[in-house]
This record gives sequence, structure tokens and C-alpha cells, in this order.
Amino acid sequence: MRVALFVTCVNDTLYPDTGRAVVTLLERLGVEVDFPAAQTCCGQAQFNTGYRYETEPLVRRYARAFEGYDHIVTPSGSCVAMVRDNYPRIGEKAAAEGRGDELAEIAASVVPRTYELTEFLVDVLGVTDVGAYFPHTVTYHPTCHGLRMLGLGRRPVELLSHVKGLELRELPGADECCGFGGTFAVKNAAVSAAMGADKARHISETGASAVCTVDNSCLMHIGGTLARLGSQTRPVHLAEILASTEEHPYAPGGIR
Amino acid sequence: MSGGTYLGMPAFPEAASESTQNKQLRANLTHATHTIRDKRAKAVAELADWPQLRAAGAAIKNRTLRHLDHYLEQVEAAVEAAGGHVHWAADADEANRIVIDLVRMTGETEVVKVKSMATQEIGLNEALGEAGIRAYETDLAELIVQLGDDLPSHILVPAIHRNRSEIRDIFAKEMGNWGRPAPDGLTDRPAELADAARLHLREKFLRAKVGVSGANFMVAETGTLVVVESEGNGRMCLTLPETLISVVGIEKVVPTWQDLEVFLQLLPRSSTAERMNPYTSMWTGTTDEDGPQTFHLVLIDNGRTDTLADTVGRQALRCIRCSACLNVCPVYERAGGHAYGSPYPGPIGAILTPQLRGTQSKLDASLPYASSLCGACYEVCPVAIDIPEVLVHLRERVVQGGEVTLRGSRTTIKPAKGHAAERAAMRAARWALDHPAALRGGQRLAARTRRLHPKRLPGPGKAWTETREVPAVPAESFRDWWQRTRGKETK
Ligand code: SF4
Repeated sequence: MRVALFVTCVNDTLYPDTGRAVVTLLERLGVEVDFPAAQTCCGQAQFNTGYRYETEPLVRRYARAFEGYDHIVTPSGSCVAMVRDNYPRIGEKAAAEGRGDELAEIAASVVPRTYELTEFLVDVLGVTDVGAYFPHTVTYHPTCHGLRMLGLGRRPVELLSHVKGLELRELPGADECCGFGGTFAVKNAAVSAAMGADKARHISETGASAVCTVDNSCLMHIGGTLARLGSQTRPVHLAEILASTEEHPYAPGGIR
Repeated sequence: MSGGTYLGMPAFPEAASESTQNKQLRANLTHATHTIRDKRAKAVAELADWPQLRAAGAAIKNRTLRHLDHYLEQVEAAVEAAGGHVHWAADADEANRIVIDLVRMTGETEVVKVKSMATQEIGLNEALGEAGIRAYETDLAELIVQLGDDLPSHILVPAIHRNRSEIRDIFAKEMGNWGRPAPDGLTDRPAELADAARLHLREKFLRAKVGVSGANFMVAETGTLVVVESEGNGRMCLTLPETLISVVGIEKVVPTWQDLEVFLQLLPRSSTAERMNPYTSMWTGTTDEDGPQTFHLVLIDNGRTDTLADTVGRQALRCIRCSACLNVCPVYERAGGHAYGSPYPGPIGAILTPQLRGTQSKLDASLPYASSLCGACYEVCPVAIDIPEVLVHLRERVVQGGEVTLRGSRTTIKPAKGHAAERAAMRAARWALDHPAALRGGQRLAARTRRLHPKRLPGPGKAWTETREVPAVPAESFRDWWQRTRGKETK
């Protein structure tokens, strides 16, 4: 089984801890994982802002970088949704524009091999207890892509419920969008901020030490809002919780 | 918001940044939308076959739209056979002219109106007003909007942005200018407000000789029109006047009564969270000595055929105007309906308005961006319109331009103005992302200068740092860590 990590451009540049956590976790579970350096970005921001033609080279790059791997695992729900929902559309549109089937074939080849981390753990490896230890109170925000586009369902919560020492606090209004939305966060900053403030309030009200998601882009917005509001709750990617063990506990950036 | 016109409204982000600051509006909307969205979820959960109903609704609409020419001619023939008259209007102006002429032929100078989205879309009340004909809205919420010289902000509950005490003030102040005044000492108790409206409207129902309506559905096989409502005021307008004029979008047709059955299950549960709506009025042409003796059907296109020509965007024509997507939309909840600058607010407005009106104006070009793409609208839509997909498709049209159909002919449109800096940034980002060495160079530069990064950014970054901290750039990117610790790179 050849497994590649698609770390995503956001994690590569801003949240390398999350990438390291995925590597640690998978290796602990006996999975050998590669990082093909030709990878960069799935093209989500370009595509969702309307720049489909600017996205096409990134679709090709993704396919080239991960050629030959059985599984492409990524700690980002929205990037998986980009590949799964939008790569086929990009292929279809290119074909409709008389530019052949190349992109459609690329989409067909990468879509079935691309997995969000919790999908890979639960569906491919068949584990829900990954032997993690995280002695903190945690609330889980499911994210729109995780909830509605990928339909992750109970996978993340199942994984969290087996983490030793972790106390899960239910998040009110969990299914509501945090307001990030990529370029929406700056194009419609007022509405995005209002949504973020409501999400932050719900999170703070749980009293949890940490809020976790399957996506650091939402977490960047949520964490940035929480910090500005002076909240004590810290953003942590789910992978970092699952990577944490009693021997090698999560080295916190301020978890109480 | 006042003046009853959408002309000259600012782009969505500007309008929304103002309305999000309005605490009263936010509170009204949050309360109202959360109440109805919870009720809808319960009403829908009662039906085990909801997914199948939803799929059937989408499929029936798709098939009808594919053969729309056929079904429309069937409607025309059936309505005429039943004693009605059918008129075709290519756009809003033509539709308004037709209705004005029809009212003038009766010699009347006032009409009573059933709540209708199509007549708002074409600005019929204003056009009638200019022609010296007074149109009276009779739906309770539309009455509140009309008396308040206001604009609707929701498809189903147009006065959702008003609370009880505001409504009381509007009734007390304005009813007298439009007909029977509000009783003295009117309070904001709902029963009293409803009573005042009933007395005010009853006078109009009994006097009016002409009624104007829209329709929720037209059944092609018999030429029957259907209006679904809660109050019964629509029923009054549809039965009491001598002449009835119905203005209906061409996409409202369903082929058969069996098809209608699907929508009469989907619509009330999605819309008002009712198992069945209180009043369903149906009429087929005219009937001797029963109801209006003259019936006119005005079929409007007004951008629908152009929309139909777009293989991705056409799904918006499946819409049955239930407003479920508004009620779950986090952006609508905070921005309010007026920010969308058309009678169609919320997610459906964000995909319908730029198709019906085009993306030329600043406002219309901003609508496809009025969404975080959270997908809640798609999830609840009873005819499975993938609104996020259409939003992104229309964003492409805004920034890339491309082939569209305008007034029936294929045209290539240029990208909208005002996106030059963004386009350059997207291109630069794409270049760097297609050259991993350049990406790495950028990451290292950012890491080296990380202590110097400001907490508050200027320019477009300001929109982020107004309310959010920026993430700290790490000392080492993931790819550098991998190379340092794992030595070799694969590929
Ligand atoms: S788009 Fe769907 S959910 Fe929204 S109003 Fe139309 S039918 Fe209802």
C-alpha cells in the first residue's frame, strides 16, 4: 500500500505541526507515508473565486505529484471536497469547451484515491482507537465541507471519543458555518466577522480548552477571532490531538 | 430602507456591512429564521420518503424545462379552451404594458393583488402607479411593506425585518392614507393587528373589480393555475373580482396533476413547515356565474430563456420559491434581505438575480460572492438546486467572462471591471504554486522575516485583521522539515 500525504499549501506554509502530526500518527499505525515534493495546492481558492482556468495547471500538478500512490491522505476536509466535487466539474467544462478529455480523465484517476484523514483512518485502516492521549476538554466544530460535502458523519467524533483523557464538550449550533469561506472572509468581511463572532461565542460557552476541526483554514479564522476576543479556548487540528500520546504528549501553544 | 425601489443600491458587501451593524434587525432575523428552520426540519423528518420526493421534484422540473416549449403551448391551448386569454411577454416592460392595457380595458383605476414574486420582479405596482392605477397588496406582510413604503426582505415573510411595534406604528400612521384607517388605540397585540388588517382589506376585497395574481404552478394538461397560501386573502382576490389577471413566469409549468402532487408535498413543509397549507386555490379558465368572468394569463420570460440556455445555471429555474434556503442561510441571517437588491433575496437570489438581470452592474456582479459556500441551502432545497455550484459558476462569469445567452443570442462577455488586482494576485499565486521551488523560496523568506510581520495589515489584509489575529508564520515549513528530517525527497 503506497500512501502519500497531501499536506496542502496552508498547512505546509502556516501549520507544519499538523503535517508532522499526520506523519507521526500514520507511522504509529504502521503506515509508511511519503511526501511527494512536487505537490503544492489543490486550487480551491482560485476555483471558488471564479478563476477556473488558473486552477487547471494545479489539477494537472496534483495528478502528476500523486501518480502511482494507492491512497492520498490529507488533513483538510475542504481540499478533499475540492478534488472530489470540483475536479470532475473542471474536467466536464473543459470537455464541453472542446478541449478534450484530459482533465476529466485526471479527475477520474485522483478522485477515488483521495481521502480526508478521518476517512482514511476509519474506512481504510478500520481504526477508531488510535491510542491517543490528550488530557483536555475539547469541543468539535464539524466544518461545512466535513459535514455537508464529505459527509464525515460520526467519524471524527468516534476517533475523539477513544482518546484517553479527553473530555468532549458538545458545541451548540455546531452545523452552522464559521464564516471563513476562503476569499469570502475578506470580500464580505463584515458578514464573515459576524458569523465568526457567533461561532466563537458558542465555542467559548462550552468552556473547553481547545476547539478542533478537520481543517486548518476554518481554524485560522476561528482561532484568529477567539484570540482577538481574548478567549482562553485554543484552536487545535484533530490530527494533532490524535498524534498526541502519553510518551509524546501534544506540546501545546497555550493549552491549559 | 425605503422608497420602494432597488435602483442605485450599493453592492452586496457595502449594504451588508451596514445591515450587520443593525442590532434590532439582526435579532429579528435570527429569531425568525431559527424558529422556522427548526420547524421545517421537524416537518421534513416526518416523511420517510423525503429524499425520493426531492429527487422526483428535481426530475419533474428538469424534464419540464427540457421540453418547456411543448408544455407552454399546451398551457396556452388549454387555458384558451377553458375561456381564458393568454398573453406572452418577453420582458418586464412588455408584461407591464400588457397588464396596464388589460386594466384600462375594464375602465377601473384600482386592483387588488395576491402575493406574487413575478409582479415584484417586473415592478408592476410602480408601473401601474405611473399609469394612474392603484394596486393594493392584500397579503398581510406585503400590506405592511406597502404601507411602510418599504421593500420586501424575504420571499415568504416580506416584512420579516419588522417587529410588532413597528407594524403597529405603520398601521396607525398609514392605513388612513390607503383606505379604512386603523382603529383608535391600536396596540401591538397580534390579534389586534390582524383585526385591523382584516377590516382594512375587507373593504377592498368587496369593492375591487380587478384582481392581479401570480401562480405557484400551472398544470399543462388542463391549463389549471394554482395558488398556495396561508391567509385566504389570495382566495378573496381570486374569486371576488370580475376580471382576474395572472402574471406567471414561464418556468412555473408542471405537465400533469400527478406531477403537481409531488410539489404540494414539497412546498408547504419546506416553506411554512406545514403538512398542508391552509388554502390551495385552483382555477381553469372561467366558469359561468362563478368567480371572475374574464381571465387573462400573462406569461413572462424576462431572462428565463437565457437562463435555460446555461447548462449549469438553469437548475435555478427549478425553484418553487419555498424560501427554505433563506431560512438556513447564515449570510442572509446576518445581512438581511435588502442587501441582495432584488425581490429574490438569500441564496436563491444570489444565483437567480445575476442570471435574470445579468452581471453588468456592480450589485449584480457582487451577488455570487454573497456566500461562504457552506452548502446549507443545497441541503434543504426541496428541488435539490446545487446553489454553491451555481454560485461558483457565476463567479467564473464575473471574473473570467465567457459565453452567455443574452436576449436569445450567444454573446461573449468581458470580465467584470474591478477585479484586475485580484486577477493579478491569482495569476501570481498560481505561478508560484505551479513551481514548488518558488513556493519554497517564498516560505523561507516569510520564515526569515517572521518577527517583523505586523499584527494589523494594510490594504486588503485589513479586512482580515479588523476582527481576527493573523496566524504566526512558523520558523520552518512542512516541506523543509520533511527534507531536513527525512533526507531524501520522493520525486
Ligand atoms: S432555491 Fe430551493 S430552497 Fe431556495 S426558495 Fe427555491 S426551491 Fe426553495
